[in-house]
This record gives sequence, structure tokens and C-alpha cells, in this order.
Amino acid sequence: MLSRLSTTTALRAASSLRPTLTSTPIRSLTTTPASSPFADRRAAVTWLAKAAAGSLVAGYTLSEYVFTDERLAPVNEAVYNVAQAVSKKAKEMGLEVKLPFLEAHAFSMPDHGLHPPHYPWDHYGWNKTFDHASLRRGFQVYKEVCSACHSMDYIHYRNLVGVTHTEAEAKALAAEYEYKDGPNDVGEYFMRPGKLTDAMPRPYPNEEAARAANGGAYPPDLSCISRARHGDENYIFSLLLGYCDPPAGINIREGLHYNPYFPGGAIAMARSIFDECVEYEDGTENNASQIAKDVSTFLGWASYPEHDERKKMGMKFLVMSGILMGFTVWWKRFRWSYIKSRKIVYKPSKVEQI
Amino acid sequence: MALTTSVYNLFFRRSSSFMFTVFAGAFVFEAAFDTVADGAWDYMNRGRQWKDIRHKYINAAPAEESE
Repeated sequence: MLSRLSTTTALRAASSLRPTLTSTPIRSLTTTPASSPFADRRAAVTWLAKAAAGSLVAGYTLSEYVFTDERLAPVNEAVYNVAQAVSKKAKEMGLEVKLPFLEAHAFSMPDHGLHPPHYPWDHYGWNKTFDHASLRRGFQVYKEVCSACHSMDYIHYRNLVGVTHTEAEAKALAAEYEYKDGPNDVGEYFMRPGKLTDAMPRPYPNEEAARAANGGAYPPDLSCISRARHGDENYIFSLLLGYCDPPAGINIREGLHYNPYFPGGAIAMARSIFDECVEYEDGTENNASQIAKDVSTFLGWASYPEHDERKKMGMKFLVMSGILMGFTVWWKRFRWSYIKSRKIVYKPSKVEQI
Repeated sequence: MALTTSVYNLFFRRSSSFMFTVFAGAFVFEAAFDTVADGAWDYMNRGRQWKDIRHKYINAAPAEESE
């Protein structure tokens, strides 16, 4: 009778009695009762095969002959009508209820912009910093090409120090422009040469002036443009070099240009990156793709200035976590060794037969 | 065994010396870990960081660099 008790019952009984440590194997407690349908492997496999075959037949029959499209369509329509009616009624009562699955959204690639390809940027590796020589060239491209129309309000000359330029160079760069400052001791505003704490100079004093000068289009600020556009550097790189003739049937308004990567396809910015439009000081080849790559990298840095330090901290974090994981596993095994190695054996005493 | 015993007696036995061991160990470990990790990082990114190209632009500008 006792041998037919389930394992849990036996254990509960064991804990209520005083456990005796003997050399009896623990296996005797964990025998599965013979009444289980999965007692032997063969029965289980047969049962599984039968269940699979049955499901296959039942599923095929139901989907092919019972729940056909002709029968489901009226049900769908009824559900849709009820949902619409409920939604309408709720709207009449002043409740704006938005039920799911009632609207269909068409997706059109020209409207959303062609997805840029994923280029193998050399700073995309988990352990790679920006290529700072490329950042320096990219700043030069920004300064000589982009800054004619685009502002960069959140990048200051001090941000360049120790990233692309020395302090002396950054000071000299800032001093090339005049900034309005004041008021002085007689309350007047005056112009002074730029300092390290000044931001990149704006091409236009305000958005209205920028729109007026660009046919109504506002050249966006480039400080965080890489964060602000899907695809980051890939998008900027593709956009800069993606200008082409519009396909047949698409008319581009006067003053706009066709670029498949730009949402809508019609962009006010004309192509600005050409072969040899910038002369690099370090002798790097200045073809259009190199220039676009450098300026995309620079704009990536402007959006993610913490990039290098973040990846380094990430690497240190992973290494430390690995070490601590090892310690944790060892500590757990150390603490559990007592529990794992002990044996509880239930030795039934004589039971009076009724 | 004698070494283990003397290490235990010296560094771990008293609570005060144990605390000292913890703090001193943290200090030494962090310095060593950062040195090794930064070295590995600089090796993986050799030629890419500002400190690798800085020498090209620093000439004839003495004592101005704070970076």
C-alpha cells in the first residue's frame, strides 16, 4: 500500500517523521506510479503520433470544408458592422473610442522615402570609436559646404577641442566669425570675435529668414540630424548622393529636386556634394562619396558625442559582469553544496495491517 | 598552508583589517582593470582616436593644450 503513494505524499510523510540517514538509494522514493499513461516510452510515442495525425485531419477538414471563406465573410462583415455601430454610438455619446483593426493604412515607398542601404560604417562595430581623422574632414565639409544654409546651434567650438581640433585651432576657428555680445557698461550691444563657448555661426538670423531665402523650405538644424532621421548616417549618406532624374510620370515643381531617399521625393536642397568640392588638408581623396562619408560621420558624432565613451564603458561593463557572474555561480554552488549533497531517506516503520 | 594562515591572520581576521583589505583591494583592482581595459580599447582602435592623430596638429603650439 505504501509503495503506491505518490512522491509528494511520501516526502510529506518523510518530513513529519525523523529522517534517518542510511545508505538506501534515493531512487526508491521517486518511482512513477504504474497507473500513469506515460509510464513507458512506447505508449507515449504512439499517443503523440495519434494526436498529431488526428489534428492534421481535423485541421484540414475544418479549414477546407467548414470554415470556408464564403461562410466566414458574412461573420466578418457582421462583426465589422457591430464594431462600427458601437464606435459610432460611442462617438455620439462623446466617447472617442478607437477600436483596433478598423483602419487600413496604405504604405507607399515614395511617400516614406526609399530605405537607405546599411553601409558598413567602420564605427558601427561594438568596439569601434569614431574615426577622428574622418570627423575632422567632416567638420571641414560642414564648414565649407553645409554651413552655407544649415545651422548647428548645439555644437560649440569647445566641443571640437580634443575631438577634431586642438584648443589653439578651435580658438582660431571661432575667431573667424563675429558674434553679437553685450550689453557693455553703457548698455550697448557690440560685435566681438568668437570664443570657444560660441556655437557654430548661423547662416540665417531666424527661421523666417531661412525660409524666405530658400523658397519656403527650412534647412533643418544639423546638431542632432542623425538622431532625428531614420537610418542615421546611412540616410544622410544616401540622401547626399541619391539625387537623380525623376522617374516617368513624376513632376517636380520648379525649385525642388528629386531624391528617392527623401520622404515624398521632392527636396528643396539641391545636390551639394560633388567630386573635389572640398580640398582635404590630409591628402585624402576628395571624391563625392568620400566627402559624403566624412560629413555623415561628423553629423553622426554631433548627434552621438558620447559614442566613444559609451562603447568603452559598455565593454568594461560586460567584462565586469562576466567576472561577477563567475563569482555568483561559484557562491551559489558553495552555499548549495550542503543541500545538494545530503540525502533524505524515508524508512517506513511497521504498519499494523487492518 | 602556512601562507594561507598568515594571509588570513593579516588581512581577514579582524573586521578592521578586513575592511582595509576591501577598500585597498577595490583601489588596486580598479586601477589595474582600467589600465588593462583602456589598453585593450586603444589597441582595438589604434589610429582612430584623437590622441592618435593629435601629434599632426599640435606642432608649434606649446603649452596651449589642456586636453
